[in-house]
Amino acid sequence: MELTGAQILLEGLRREGVDHIFGYAGATICPAVDVLRDAPELGYTLVRTEQNAGHMASGYARVSGKVGVCLVTSGPGATNLITGIATAYMDSIPMVAITGQVPSSLLGRDIFQEVDITGAVTPFTKHNYLVKDAAQLPRIIKEAFLIASTGRPGPVLIDIPIDIQTQVVRDAEFPESVSIRGYKPSVRGNDLQIKRVAEAISKSRQPVICAGGGVWLADARDELVELAERYSIPVVKTMMGLSVLPTDHPLNLGMIGAHGNRCANKALAKSDLLIMVGSRVADRAIISPEEIQRRMATIHIDVDPAEIGKNMQAAIPLVGDVKVILRQLLALQVPPPDDAQWREQLKEYRRAELERVFPRRDGSVFPGTVLRKLGRLLDDDAVVCVDVGQNQIFACKYLPQKHGRLLTSGGLGTMGYALPAAVGVKVALPDRQTVVVCGDGSFQMSMNELAAVRCAGMDLKIVLFRNHVLGLVHQIQKTEPYHGPFGVALDGSPDFAAIAAAYGIPSLTVDDEDKLDETLERFLGTQGSCILICEVHPDVGTTD
Amino acid sequence: MKQTISVLVENQAGVLNRITSLFSRRAFNIDSLAVGVTDDPTISRITIIVENGNNVVEQVEKQLNKLVEVIKVRTLEEGSFIGRELMILKVNANSKTRPNIMTICSICGAKVADISPTSMTMELSDTPDRLDAFQEMMRTFNILEVVRTGVIALQKGGGKI
Ligand SMILES: Cc1ncc(C[n+]2csc(CCOP(=O)(O)OP(=O)(O)O)c2C)c(N)n1
Repeated sequence: MELTGAQILLEGLRREGVDHIFGYAGATICPAVDVLRDAPELGYTLVRTEQNAGHMASGYARVSGKVGVCLVTSGPGATNLITGIATAYMDSIPMVAITGQVPSSLLGRDIFQEVDITGAVTPFTKHNYLVKDAAQLPRIIKEAFLIASTGRPGPVLIDIPIDIQTQVVRDAEFPESVSIRGYKPSVRGNDLQIKRVAEAISKSRQPVICAGGGVWLADARDELVELAERYSIPVVKTMMGLSVLPTDHPLNLGMIGAHGNRCANKALAKSDLLIMVGSRVADRAIISPEEIQRRMATIHIDVDPAEIGKNMQAAIPLVGDVKVILRQLLALQVPPPDDAQWREQLKEYRRAELERVFPRRDGSVFPGTVLRKLGRLLDDDAVVCVDVGQNQIFACKYLPQKHGRLLTSGGLGTMGYALPAAVGVKVALPDRQTVVVCGDGSFQMSMNELAAVRCAGMDLKIVLFRNHVLGLVHQIQKTEPYHGPFGVALDGSPDFAAIAAAYGIPSLTVDDEDKLDETLERFLGTQGSCILICEVHPDVGTTD
Repeated sequence: MKQTISVLVENQAGVLNRITSLFSRRAFNIDSLAVGVTDDPTISRITIIVENGNNVVEQVEKQLNKLVEVIKVRTLEEGSFIGRELMILKVNANSKTRPNIMTICSICGAKVADISPTSMTMELSDTPDRLDAFQEMMRTFNILEVVRTGVIALQKGGGKI
């Protein structure tokens, strides 16, 4: 049988179980797009700018556990996608990005819409391919999905010149599996180290688990909770690890880091054994790794050996799949640590944080107040996609979490992530309650994707904090060594209610905390999508 | 202290680019890097010399291992490997200076590769510090051009990486 490169691509994607593509067509990807009409079972979302195809694929991947797929054209299409790829790379999201390319015979001549995309993304893809022969495509696709989804997940890019998409291959062979000699991620943890970890836990008096995004990536929430509960170990989380424990869980202490909860940071600072699970000791989470190294024993569990010792030397390193390692640990029985006093002390810290009173200003609402109330009203398994800026910090610190997810761009901090990520979530889980939290700056970076929301008739609830400034930068500029706000006023912003209406989406506005409960009920009760515009004072700060 | 790292990689286009891109992105300083195909035509061996401050070598090894096309990485222990570098060096030479140059060449074990009425070109394969010594000795004759390959290295004994 004869197949074109484009048909091979389609068949390869089908074999990987792909059911949706986020894309944007252009001349050099036309052969690949053309065959999609023969695959009605494959969903296709036309984004409004390629970066958002990356974010949608990310949202989709994070809630489905599958690889997110995007497809764009060469040149500007590929370069527009770069931020989406880098965002996924920093958060270790499994993604395969397919880019069109100019004819292979003309590579290197700077012809129309040629760009060296594999060269450009090398520093922030897990791997990438420039396809020179369509007969290699079945293997390349198989490898790309394997690499993207195993070990420490990440984005893989496949650049396919247009002549390779039209190249005819006779009897293409699709391998059932591939083995790559340079790629063998660790799965099981070293048994001896596992024993040492169990003993260290047993002997500790003030243990703390720090859960990172790796817990989600390894689908190890249940195992983590079981470990924490069995030995009564308090849990702090990084921004990527948020929502592994519900806010009201007795062992939950919230988020650590520069913008984290005080109680979590205090617990971290005072612990005598820090158990890091699937977290990479990033600067925003662990502000002073040297200090921690000096003050307490550390256990570092991660699938990526390079993360261990990169920013901090751990006393007990443990490399492997987080889920497998936690199961190995749970298979051992050791006496629980004697830490009742420690937990009592932490409970006090936690209470102070939960009972924190937020400031009130007439004519506006305080984000912390809105989010506290909102979280209580959401479904038990709701997914909340959070943007970047003050809105992100407020949501991560104060949004009460149950058994759903909180998704945000933790590593790259890419404004405009939330709305497209939520579209991806909805594609994967159409019936799941999905909420977007964003600022008026970040919303304007991706509000064009309301088209995708409208087109698919999605039910997305968007909370927009309108403070008329780039809030977080405004806040930074008001402190030393800067001389005050400059270039951060969002003058000229549109009437967001009118924007919503233009996309056929209703909206509500709230500027009075006495009306919050009633407005939130109406907002969440709306059939289909709705935008809630919250008036926020520009001088609000994240530590208020 | 300098460390020698031996890396086996897929012999494919773009691999070297990934490795050098990794070094610059992670701010690792390379002293030298030499590549050549091995006995297996699908595999190349890269020998890299890095300056080892702050556990750099451990990170370099781990980051290299993350590259899909890197098959094996091994830091060679001081004293347990043969490391050699090739140098070609051209100096001004005339009938007066030629004998002196020849004396140094024979002491250092360098071979004369080319000669002209006004110049001599020598080749020498040895450890980097011996090449340095030879180069130093040649300075008095006015060095016209030098090229060095960077070190290539193999473990001593019967073992292989
Ligand atoms: C793409 C991008 N550009 C710039 C920044 C720098 N930045 C971080 S937070 C922020 C302000 C965000 O403003 P807004 O979305 O209105 O949210 P707020 O902080 O007001 O809640 C900016 C500009 C960024 N993170 N991402």
